[in-house]
Formats: sequence, structure tokens, C-alpha cells
Amino acid sequence: MIAFDQVSLRYPGGAGGVHDVSFTLARGELAVLSGHSGAGKSSLLKLIAAIERPTAGRVSVGGQDVGKLPRQAVPYLRRNIGLVLQEIRLLLDRNVFDNVMLPLQITGHPPADASKRVHVALERVGLAGRGRDMPLSLSGGEQQRAAIARAVVNRPSILLADEPTAHLDAAYASDIAALFRSFHSAGVTVIVATHDSSLFDDAAPRRLVMDHGQLREAG
Amino acid sequence: MRGWLRHHLAALARAAGQLLRHPLGSLLTALVIGIALALPAGGLLLLDNASRVVGDVGERPEISLFMAMPPDAAASAEIERRLGESDDVASFEYVPRERALAQLADAGLADVIDDLPDNPLPDAFVVTPADLAPDAFDAIAARFGEWPGVAHVQLDSAWVERIHALIELGRQTFWLLASLLASALVVVTFNTIRLQLMTQRAEIAVSRLLGATDQFIRRPFLWTGILQGLAGGLVAWLLLAAMVTALREPVAKLASSYGAVFALHQPSAAQIALLLLLAAGLGLTGAALSVDRHLRTTA
Repeated sequence: MIAFDQVSLRYPGGAGGVHDVSFTLARGELAVLSGHSGAGKSSLLKLIAAIERPTAGRVSVGGQDVGKLPRQAVPYLRRNIGLVLQEIRLLLDRNVFDNVMLPLQITGHPPADASKRVHVALERVGLAGRGRDMPLSLSGGEQQRAAIARAVVNRPSILLADEPTAHLDAAYASDIAALFRSFHSAGVTVIVATHDSSLFDDAAPRRLVMDHGQLREAG
Repeated sequence: MRGWLRHHLAALARAAGQLLRHPLGSLLTALVIGIALALPAGGLLLLDNASRVVGDVGERPEISLFMAMPPDAAASAEIERRLGESDDVASFEYVPRERALAQLADAGLADVIDDLPDNPLPDAFVVTPADLAPDAFDAIAARFGEWPGVAHVQLDSAWVERIHALIELGRQTFWLLASLLASALVVVTFNTIRLQLMTQRAEIAVSRLLGATDQFIRRPFLWTGILQGLAGGLVAWLLLAAMVTALREPVAKLASSYGAVFALHQPSAAQIALLLLLAAGLGLTGAALSVDRHLRTTA
């Protein structure tokens, strides 16, 4: 499903990135990506979603060489990937329902079907009945749930999350981790970058440990 | 096809909503575009009306044919026959030398004429050609000059040439002005869309990460450009209608002082449709340039 073959990513100036990373992830696996700040966790997720292109090596997603995808093909790759990245925040001028609806508008779903899907997604993340609320009226945990609903509403086969439990208290963090485990149980390939990998111990995940841009453990 | 239409309808709704959320800004932009469009459109309308004036004025250009001396009634009859058979002659009048002399006397030259031993004036024909264009006018006059018995042909086309030259000058000035103001309109739309792109930068970035194509991002901005252009076109139409209404009476009075009946006409349905289409097209161009630049620089 996802394969890294001697992948390197160097940012201009040489800071951050990843170096000579190789691993494979099968369809439906749950992987927890851990490591210190600046270890390369976010870069690795961005390489999968073609937000960054590798400077060396090959990143393959579903058999496609992501690094060689033409620019016009990138959106179609991303439609199959649910993203809960730190920089993808909710749009503050739209209510929760419209935020979650956005990926379905992008893919051109018929409005009636899209509306049903949004309701199902919001119910799944525990935000049923909160669709009309504006993002700023939600708590941090609820905003993260809304972002997860937006990531999964298109029923992607891959779900990538970058520090989804950061800044949340223990109870909220546990709820969010449970959500990712439930998507994994439903057959979605899930990669979660987190400082607290113990949240996912129940699911016996694949552990990827990044250290200064290199993959130290892939067990 | 249905998906394509749905995308466009959604983009149109978003663009309309965006404009309605900022009514003052939208109105000001429409006014700027409308005034910029009204200037060349007003020029076009005035030229159109001026062309009608040339056609409507009672005093039409004429060609005078003077017969050779001494007078020859048979030659004059032959010319009268030829003029009657000419398709390019709208009308003509035979002026016998006796009548010409009487007209001179009526014009206050009776004392001078009384001193003349004989009538020095030739028979003459005053011809109004069917085609008033200067080139056609000259060609007809040249042909008349070759007819037997015609001693001299005098053109009364100078004023026609002047009016045609003035209309042509006006037309060229209009096109120059239209090109300049069309460029200004594109720049205004470009800048308006650029500001919108800046305020919606976060939304565009998020949409891209969620799988939005450039076309998806571009559509609402293109519709915004089209709607802004159309709103500007409507403003221009209203300004033109007001201008025609305000000038109609003074122009009618001016025309009547020259013995002509003339009324300024409102723009026709076809002219209004052209104006709106042009405005929408220019708005679309400005928006497309702006959004394409943004997508290129943020790719």
C-alpha cells in the first residue's frame, strides 16, 4: 500500500527532512510514528500525501510513484488520503457541517448524498447535532474531531494524522486515539504521528521511530 | 456533464454570496467598471446617432452640371434623359439659364444683371447621387464630366468629406479609448480578485490539501469576475440611458434649428447585449489572469 525505498528529503538550507528511509506498510495496517520534534515525522507524512516530493528515492502509494506524479494528478491522490495535519485547520468562516462538506464538494458529490455522508461522519466522531456550530465555539478536542470527520468523510483508504492529540487533555486524547483505532478496524490504513504512542498500545500497531531524519525502528 | 454543471452552479452561488457579503465594495467596483465602460459605449452610441444625422439632414450633398455655351436645347435634353436613366442618381433638377438669372436677380444682383447685354449663364442640372460616400461621389462626377455638352462639373462634397472624416476620427478615438479602458477594467478586476485570493489564502491551501484541482479553486473567482463585469455593464447601461434621456431634448432643439427632425436613440437590445457580454468577458479575463498567477506562484 505504502512503500518508501531509500527516500530522502532535504529542505532548502538543509534543516529537517528525512534521510534514506525505507519501509513498507500493508493495506489496513495501523502505524504509529514517533520521535522527537524535528525528527522527520511530519516530513514523512507530507511525502505520502505529495505535499513534499522526495529529493532521492521512491515513495509509492497504491502502486503510484508519488514523486513522479504530474502536478495535475496530485489532487486525485489526495482524495484517497484523509489528512489530519497540524496546518490543516477548520475554516473559521464556515460552520462545522460546511467544513466537513468541503471534501465532498471538491469531489462533486450530489448534495443529498453528501449531506447524508456528513451527518454520518459527524455522528461517527461524536459531533452529531453540532453541524451548525462555528469552529470557534467548539473545544480543542471537538475541533480535532471535526477535522477527523472532514478527513474521513470521503471514505479514504489511507488516513494520515500529525499529532492529533497534541494540546488535548488525557481524556480527549484517549477519545481521539480510539477514533483512529476504529477506522483501522474498519480496514483503513492509518499512520499517526504522535509523541504519545502508548495511546495506541491496545491495537498492537506497527511502530516507526524517527530520529534526526532517519528511521531507527520499523517493527 | 451533470457534475460539471453542479460544480459551476456551486461556484456561481459562492461567487454571488461573496459579492453580496461585501455590498459596498461590490457596488464601488461595479461603479468603477460601469463608468469605465460607459465612456467608450457612450462614444459608440453618439457615433451611431451621428451617422443617422448625416443621413437625416435635409441638405444633401449635390453635384452641379453646367452645360456648354452657347445653349443647346438638344444637348440639355440628352443630359436630362441620361440622368433619368442613371441608377446612381437619387434625384436631379434641371435649372434653365433663364431661371438661374432670375434667381441671381432675386439674390440682390438685379442692378448688375440689368447692365449685362445678354444672359451669361448656362443651363444647369443639380444632381443628388444615391451613394453619399466620398469615393462614389467623385466617381459619379468624373463620369458626368465626360458626357457630351457638359462644360463643367462642380462638386458640393467638401462638407460630406469633412463629416465622414470626423466620424472616422471619432470611431478611431472611440476604439483607442475603448482599448485603454478595457485594459483598465481588466486591471481593476485583476486587483479585486487578487485581494480576494489573499483573504481566502487559507481556504485555498486547505482545499488543495483535501484534493481540490486548480479548476475547482479557479471557478468561484472566475464567476466573481464575470458577475463583477456584468454588474459594471449594467451600471454602464444605466449611465447611457440617463445620458440619452438628458441629451434628447437639447439635441432635438439643435437639429430643428438646422431644419432637421432628429431624436437621440437609446441603445438597442443588441448593443446592450454586446455591452454586457463585453463587460463579462473583460471581468473574466481579469479574474483568470489574477487567479492563474496566484495558482502558479503558490503551487
